[in-house]
Amino acid sequence: MTGILIAFAVVAVIGLICAVLLALAAHFLSVPEDENVQQIRDCLPGANCGACGYAGCDEYAKAVAAGEAATNLCIPGADAVAAEVAGIMGTEAMDVVEMIAHVRCNGTCTATDTFADYQGIRSCAAMSMIYGGPNVCKYGCLGCGDCAAVCPNDAICVIDGVARINAKKCIGCGLCAKNCPKGIIEIIPQISTVAVACSNLEKGAVARKKCKNACIGCKKCELGCEQKAITVQNNVAVIDYDKCNGCNKCAENCPTKCIKTLVG
Amino acid sequence: MDAFKSLIIILMSSVLVNNYVLSRFLGICPFLGVSKKLNQAVGMGIAVTLVMVVATAVTWPIQHYILNVFDLGYMQTIVFILVIASLVQLTEMMLKRYIPALHKSLGVYLPLITTNCAVLGVTIDNITEHNFNFVESLVNSLGCGLGFLLAMVLFSGVRSRINDSEIPESFKGLPATLIAASFVSLAFFGFAGVVDKLFA
Repeated sequence: MTGILIAFAVVAVIGLICAVLLALAAHFLSVPEDENVQQIRDCLPGANCGACGYAGCDEYAKAVAAGEAATNLCIPGADAVAAEVAGIMGTEAMDVVEMIAHVRCNGTCTATDTFADYQGIRSCAAMSMIYGGPNVCKYGCLGCGDCAAVCPNDAICVIDGVARINAKKCIGCGLCAKNCPKGIIEIIPQISTVAVACSNLEKGAVARKKCKNACIGCKKCELGCEQKAITVQNNVAVIDYDKCNGCNKCAENCPTKCIKTLVG
Repeated sequence: MDAFKSLIIILMSSVLVNNYVLSRFLGICPFLGVSKKLNQAVGMGIAVTLVMVVATAVTWPIQHYILNVFDLGYMQTIVFILVIASLVQLTEMMLKRYIPALHKSLGVYLPLITTNCAVLGVTIDNITEHNFNFVESLVNSLGCGLGFLLAMVLFSGVRSRINDSEIPESFKGLPATLIAASFVSLAFFGFAGVVDKLFA
């Protein structure tokens, strides 16, 4: 009995001495941190999504406090956070361009088909390594939800074999776009009214045979656009959101309805 | 003179023959993690050397004047881990205060010295395996730290060569690094027996 008491006492005393030493060291050797960093860090959302281009909210706060980064880079935080950060830094508040994710594919179960039965790991990354996935369209969404898995805000769900973005929940961080092995998720301004839902770069007839909803590169949208905002590049329509005025004509003209009108 | 010679032998053999990383395979985590760049490797090596020597200077008296007196040899591991963890924390604070650049470049690996088995291994070996006296223990720890530093520096050189060469796809990254580490380790086995003959 005394043995265990002595052991207990000895370890406790050694631990206590170490603790006191560390506490003293923490007091005397502490490095004064820029108090702006802590303030900025407190008003950031803390999702560590990386949309600002820094490794996380901590790194971004440090960069802002050091004057290396602009105050309006936090996309999830939007205008409210930008105004707060600018307030702490004593600069004028700048507008944040709110962004939203959009999946450039509409190859639902009824519109397209598979050429093989995939039975491996349920992950788009693994799937795309084997002949580019089991879909006949090599460009389209694989529907395993790698994007949904990384989404910090549960804004993505896979419906009918295609990932869908919930516009109300999406914070525009871009994590899904980085993790999509097909690279078909684009980050577009939240105010956009139209978006192209196809990524197939094959010629119209080939693409159409593989998927009923494919862009066939007919250029009807390009000819109808007064702003010259939409062009067909590599057999697929691409919208320049800097020029688009949201007139919605391209979506109305599209024969395969692969240009979508975005709601909300 | 004999005492001095035996210290030299202890130092040389712990640097070359009983190299903790390459012959005894302790402390592999920082060896693989921080050896990408030469300056980081040197920083890590110096930090480990420092922690090893200081840890020995503290743990040797604890073992002989506290644990042995109270017949608590079985508490060695726990007490040593406790002391080493505190020392690493202390080292980190000092680095952050006085050499912030090094502190930043070492990053997460500095707290990892806390659980670096090489540090714990040296302090325990000094007592149980070699039964060194205080000065010999310090010299042995210094040697082990320098050996770690040497291994880190050599291997960071090897790794920069690996980065520049064309490697088959399947060996890229960790596989090539591990194979290279085994070659460097094999090379160090060539030192076995050299030290004894040098000073004979």
